[in-house]
Amino acid sequence: MSERHLIELQVNGEPHELLVEARETLVDVLRHRVGATGTHVACEHGICGACTVLIDGEPARSCLVLGVMADGHEIRTVESLADESGLNDLQEAFTACHSLQCGFCTPGMLMLAEGGIPHLEDTSREEVRELVSANLCRCTGYETIVDAVEQVAQQRRSEDPTVTEGASA
Amino acid sequence: MKPAPVSYHRASSVSDAVDLLTTLGEESKVIAGGQSLVPMMSFRLARPEHLVDITRIPGLDSIELADDELTIGALATHQAVLESPVVRHSAGHGLIARTMRHVGHLPIRTRGTVGGSIAHADGSAEWPLLAVLFGARVVAEGVAGEREVPAEELFFGLYTTCLEPDEIVTRVIFPPAKGATGFAEYGLRHGDFALAAAGVVLPSAVGATDARVVVSGAAPAPTRLPATEAAVAAGASDEALRQSVMADLDELEVDDDYQRDLVTGMVIKAVKEARTR
Repeated sequence: MSERHLIELQVNGEPHELLVEARETLVDVLRHRVGATGTHVACEHGICGACTVLIDGEPARSCLVLGVMADGHEIRTVESLADESGLNDLQEAFTACHSLQCGFCTPGMLMLAEGGIPHLEDTSREEVRELVSANLCRCTGYETIVDAVEQVAQQRRSEDPTVTEGASA
Repeated sequence: MKPAPVSYHRASSVSDAVDLLTTLGEESKVIAGGQSLVPMMSFRLARPEHLVDITRIPGLDSIELADDELTIGALATHQAVLESPVVRHSAGHGLIARTMRHVGHLPIRTRGTVGGSIAHADGSAEWPLLAVLFGARVVAEGVAGEREVPAEELFFGLYTTCLEPDEIVTRVIFPPAKGATGFAEYGLRHGDFALAAAGVVLPSAVGATDARVVVSGAAPAPTRLPATEAAVAAGASDEALRQSVMADLDELEVDDDYQRDLVTGMVIKAVKEARTR
């Protein structure tokens, strides 16, 4: 029963060939086999969002995806946000707005925002609150996280006003 | 909190998946988005011996409108439906896109599938309720071939459908709602499972009796409320609606006062939304 499967994963632009058990969730594959421990794992049943990563650009809970099913897909984790020049705009905004205390939820919050901002229709505070409500934070009371995400969402939208379908259509 | 050992099989077509399910037997389980099955496996509430992954089957994620009927492929995600211009702009199906806002959160909606939600048949989920509300036909394929099951006959109760172990939901066909529509649900937090929900289709014309009212939270599966449907068709006031829901809930032997109030509140809210659209 402990059969293993050879999978190919693109993690933050790097190709990986990995032997995984069918029962391994993507977050365990990322942490234990790839060594990308920036993604945190907490509830392991899809409630808390700490393990949020991007799969082909879309935010997903990596504890609810089997690694073997991610075969051939592109994964982005929190490690992909900063580059040689420093933190990205979301990370800077989280720092400026004091959007973290213990920091445990932060990688998931950042990836939720990174993948969720393109889905926002009007970047209103209400809409950002709804997006952030996907993940749990037990320190901040959320307001400062919403502040940071709202700020970056509006900044990014003003730089690239992509047309999205209206929710009320 | 980790799934038990399981063997994994990737289906290349629907018939391949049916073959795998037949060969592997009843301890095998179809997996698509995995948003319900994986947590159940982590809790070991579900402990399948074999998983049949249908996500690589081409063509199962289409969303198409033809002859006023909306056909949603089993692998279409909740978010794809939410953002689909076809669903949003179809006069008879806009409610389906609007209701998707209530399904979990974005990271769940990007993975979870329509076919998975229907086959999983969680009595509090939005898709089974929508399927019954619209009188949808669920298309399933198995060893015996393809068949269409009316949604009202599909759901037996909690997590139970009339699908055979070798059958896979391939698409769901939604006829258009003939009248204005409304939906309301109540959960402790946004994105949580609903404690009660109601979907309403107003009658197609003044005097018509084809109103539909379907609720979750009153029985293990989404349920039509006949007395309330008649009341909605007759243009009943909130108070008259309340009495009709109570009569329906008496009939269903729902005796929990809190649950009765929630269901009633959701019906009134959904009717109000439909009447103001």
